[in-house]
Amino acid sequence: MTDLTINTDLARTILTGFIRTEITRAGFKRAVLGLSGGIDSTLSCFLTAEALGAENVLVVRMPYRSSSPDSLSDAQMVIDRLGVQALTIPITDMVDPLLAQIPAENQVRRGNVMARMRMIILYDQSEAFKGLVVGTGNKTEILLGYTTLYGDAACALNPLGDLYKTQVRQLARAMGVPESIINKPPSADLWAGQTDEGELGFTYAEVDRLLYLLVDQRYSPDDCIQAGFEPRFVQEAVRRIRKYHYKRLMPPIAKLSNRTIGYDFLYLRDWGT
Amino acid sequence: MNKLTLALAQINTHLGDVQSNLEKHLQLAQEAHASGADLLVFPELSLTGYVLQDLASTVSNRPTADNPVFKPLLDASRQLDLVVGFVDEDSRSRFYIASAYLSGGEVLHVHHKVYLPTYGLFDEGRFFAWGDSIQAFDTRFGRLGILICEDFWHASPPYLLWLDGADLMLFASASPGRGLNQAPELESARWVEHINKAYASLFTVYVAHANRVGYEDGLNFWGGSTVYDPNGELLAKGPYHMETLTLCEIDLQQIHRTRTRLPLLRDERTALVMRELQRILSDGRSTQKGIR
Repeated sequence: MTDLTINTDLARTILTGFIRTEITRAGFKRAVLGLSGGIDSTLSCFLTAEALGAENVLVVRMPYRSSSPDSLSDAQMVIDRLGVQALTIPITDMVDPLLAQIPAENQVRRGNVMARMRMIILYDQSEAFKGLVVGTGNKTEILLGYTTLYGDAACALNPLGDLYKTQVRQLARAMGVPESIINKPPSADLWAGQTDEGELGFTYAEVDRLLYLLVDQRYSPDDCIQAGFEPRFVQEAVRRIRKYHYKRLMPPIAKLSNRTIGYDFLYLRDWGT
Repeated sequence: MNKLTLALAQINTHLGDVQSNLEKHLQLAQEAHASGADLLVFPELSLTGYVLQDLASTVSNRPTADNPVFKPLLDASRQLDLVVGFVDEDSRSRFYIASAYLSGGEVLHVHHKVYLPTYGLFDEGRFFAWGDSIQAFDTRFGRLGILICEDFWHASPPYLLWLDGADLMLFASASPGRGLNQAPELESARWVEHINKAYASLFTVYVAHANRVGYEDGLNFWGGSTVYDPNGELLAKGPYHMETLTLCEIDLQQIHRTRTRLPLLRDERTALVMRELQRILSDGRSTQKGIR
């Protein structure tokens, strides 16, 4: 019941087709990605390079001074493997003067500033390279709200958003992502020693099984407890899903007229293409 | 005519761009004709794209000889019969998801989708009117029937077509792919293949299914168009997720052979069905049974 195994050939076909189609019908043929050297951005990069051709992909490494050196070298391994175009733009000289003007001891604030600085760079490169920004967020982090709004969450399209972290690992392995990248502890790398699982308080393997039941299989929280999950763990996941829903939606517009964007002005983005 | 070459146009479409979709229809009609096809079936909403939302009222057409979209299609139908998917606006401005059967320059039949999925990722009932009729119709190949996607997720429409004389059922879909697991095909694909095979077997008819491909925003359409024979055997299948014209010669004499062996149609007790349906529907507890 909680087997999250996917057919990776089929996932690869659908996701590369999605990237190619949605970028070309928007009038582009190129893509820009932030490459941290972690598994999500690496898999997104592999899929995008396969979809568009490596020459049409620009990856940007954006280290902060406290970023792990492994992140840079892992990203280099991906760049060398795929032959994508690459830039390195350190964010330290952008972030530190800003942080100096605000008393931001709070790590979340500091982390958000870094994530949003990277967004600014990616969207600037999007214009310069004439490519759309391809996102790297997976279903687990989107559901848990473990993402910075208008930061790492910002993108033109997201190929990984319906894959749990466990499935990201499976697809990454099938596509030949280096084992060292697959096996290292997932981290936003916003400060030294930060890991996703340390910060969230549970492992992806555990929470993915729970989210799969809650979301995909429509289990109630009680059904999940019946299925053997700790009540506090279930409550925490449910709380996060609800609390961070705002990060998954466009901002609501206050309705006044008879036709309001988002409510009764309804078109797909692919309208006319 | 005992042999008939079917062609299934497993195409991608431009969302809301009827003119470019029309051009693709005309090209494929030529190509299918050149390949020897007698009947070319396009998927659901093949002239408009699928997730139309507020575009529905702006892409509608009437299937008449003076309609600028239907005129060239009717001309093409002098070479081979066509089933095309479109938005039909009736004289009182109700919009239907529709498929038209065109042959010899005439519109022989228009089917309005009778089941509009309005759940999960679907929102058809919000934008379209519900069709109110399920009828087989006569063609130069015999009596056929057309259903559109959700129509054949319910068992009754194929059953009614069967009783109304359809020996070849033409199903048109724009089926969004969903349900990725370990299997080499999506759950939605597996489900549709199961029921198509089941209808062919249960009703001893040919069942041809044309499904589209491509993407609309994050939705993928999986293709995999199929033809099953009256024994429930798969005769042809298009690939998943790729534009293809699938050709399949079918032998209508197979219906005779299968029904000689397996006289399910002969033995179908329609009067019994009618009596029991009347009893079930007139029973005071019908609401409790969830019947409407």
